[in-house]
Amino acid sequence: MPIIKVENLKRNFQVGSETVRALRGISFEINEGEFVSIMGTSGSGKSTLLNILGCLDSPSDGEYYIDDIPVSHRTKDELSHIRNRKIGFVFQSYNLLARTSAIENVELPLLYNNDISRKERRERAIEALRMVGLEDRMEHVPNQLSGGQQQRVAIARAIVSDPVIILADEATGNLDTRTSYEIMTLFQELNAKGKTIGFVTHEPDIARFTGRTIMLRDGQIIKDDKVATISAKEMLEALPKAQDYQL
Amino acid sequence: MSIFNLLNIAIIALLRNKTRALLTMLGVIIGIASVISMLSLGQSSTNNISNEISGMGTNLIMIMPEFNRRGVNTGNSNVESLKFSDCEAIRKQAKYVKDVSPMAQSAGQFVRGSNNWPSQIYGVDPSYLDIRKYKVVSGTSFTEDQVESYAKVCIIGQTLVENLFPDGTNPIGEEIRFNKIPLKVIGVLEEKGDNMGQDQDDLVIAPFTTVQKRILAIDYIQMIVASAKSGEVADQATEEIENILRARHHIEEGKDNDFEVRSQQEMLTMMSSVTGFVTALLAAIASISLIVGGIGIMNIMYVTVTERTKEIGLRMSIGARGKDIMMQFLAESTILSLIGGIIGVIFGIFVSYVVTTILKWPFVVSGTSVMLSFLVCTATGIFFGWYPAKKAANLDPINALRYE
Repeated sequence: MPIIKVENLKRNFQVGSETVRALRGISFEINEGEFVSIMGTSGSGKSTLLNILGCLDSPSDGEYYIDDIPVSHRTKDELSHIRNRKIGFVFQSYNLLARTSAIENVELPLLYNNDISRKERRERAIEALRMVGLEDRMEHVPNQLSGGQQQRVAIARAIVSDPVIILADEATGNLDTRTSYEIMTLFQELNAKGKTIGFVTHEPDIARFTGRTIMLRDGQIIKDDKVATISAKEMLEALPKAQDYQL
Repeated sequence: MSIFNLLNIAIIALLRNKTRALLTMLGVIIGIASVISMLSLGQSSTNNISNEISGMGTNLIMIMPEFNRRGVNTGNSNVESLKFSDCEAIRKQAKYVKDVSPMAQSAGQFVRGSNNWPSQIYGVDPSYLDIRKYKVVSGTSFTEDQVESYAKVCIIGQTLVENLFPDGTNPIGEEIRFNKIPLKVIGVLEEKGDNMGQDQDDLVIAPFTTVQKRILAIDYIQMIVASAKSGEVADQATEEIENILRARHHIEEGKDNDFEVRSQQEMLTMMSSVTGFVTALLAAIASISLIVGGIGIMNIMYVTVTERTKEIGLRMSIGARGKDIMMQFLAESTILSLIGGIIGVIFGIFVSYVVTTILKWPFVVSGTSVMLSFLVCTATGIFFGWYPAKKAANLDPINALRYE
């Protein structure tokens, strides 16, 4: 069953008198439980595509369905509602609220959902932190956490509202190799538990950990392959132990 | 978004930067504190003055010859427009008047042996003591007979007792001299204290005729003092006296009086309007500081929106609508100004308490001014938070997320 269905998606930007065609008619589907990487060089349109998939932006033309809901022509408030219920974001720079504990950061999306009581909010945040392995760091504020741990908090925040898809934007871009592999291991674990993940990256090395790669160039899909998934956990174990922390 | 979630979000956001929150509040604290203390002090001084005026008796009515007339200046003749017969007419005809007394006054040095003291002597009827609420604490008052016979007796205030009898001699039966006229002290007045900076115990009361004939040697009277039956009928009594005197002085319809009738009630109203104006003026000046405080909030909130652009972008990406962001910023500025207001009210009350205690004024805090301050605080928060909040709400989530 497709969670995401995109039909002939186009997005134009007006820069002065010139029209920049960032997306030139893209169509694909993402099914439930897939782990898809979206690749491309800068200027390929992958950020524009991510913004539209994340309901932060609307296409100039074409149709987009998320969880069978058409979202191409929605008001800003409706898009906010869809983002809150259907999408979990993970950013390159984590975007955690400073001086705010991990658990409060994770609870944040649920504060914008009136259907969830205070008690349920706390329980779900604890559960999400447990899933990313940070149940013993709940009261830590971001600057007491390492980069990898901060990204784990961000992932917990993305899964806490049980979205239909997690969209990650260069989620390993600020991390060293070992930590990147740790984060990818976590993503693979979440995927194994049935989470659908869209992962934007320009690193082929990272894209290898996903099950399917959509390659963009100049606003068009040039390749959409199912690839053999490499286990991030095995890669992590294969890394020389003291590589990062030379004594 | 529910109100609890909203407050939760706003409070967490404020607590993240306590120092800044406190500094932002400072302007409102000072503004509200000055408004509250000014209003309270103004009210205290008004109450203080009206207490003092009422202390003289709210039903007191004074009738004086009119000095300042327009048109031809007829010199001193106006001063003689009140006669003893006017006083008698008021006594007989006015229904709303309880007591009436003529008054002749003079000032000069009072001498007793080697001690002397400058003071005022009032020549009045015995009823004057009732009208002005004076009490004789030792000795007696003079009688109607003594007025008839120009008796050389007097009643003295505490200040004269202290200055003419410093050795502690009982003044009753002693003799003091005024303008070489010996007066026998037959009574001492109860101490009244100061009233609007005037020593109310610095006076000598003598029979009207004694002062008019023996001391001043005149046949007109300088003033008539009367009391209305009660404070409520003071206005009617004033009108009645005016009508009697106009008839007696043959003043035609439409012409100005050659006398002036002034009631204490009128003075009270006049003084209240003066202090009311001063209070309003002070409060207006103080409210300028409140506006400055409000602008301080706007300033900080505005900077905050820029500084927290990325946070706003994140909140939007996880599902906050524009109006949720707007409500958050409005709630933050309102909470800041409300807490600032509460601290300001406490501080303002404290200041006015200290000042009124030092000045020995009655301490008053009107509930209205406190309520008003809270209203103003909320309004300040919303008004000055509006623009920054609107700016935050209109941010584009994509640009906000990318903002460095």
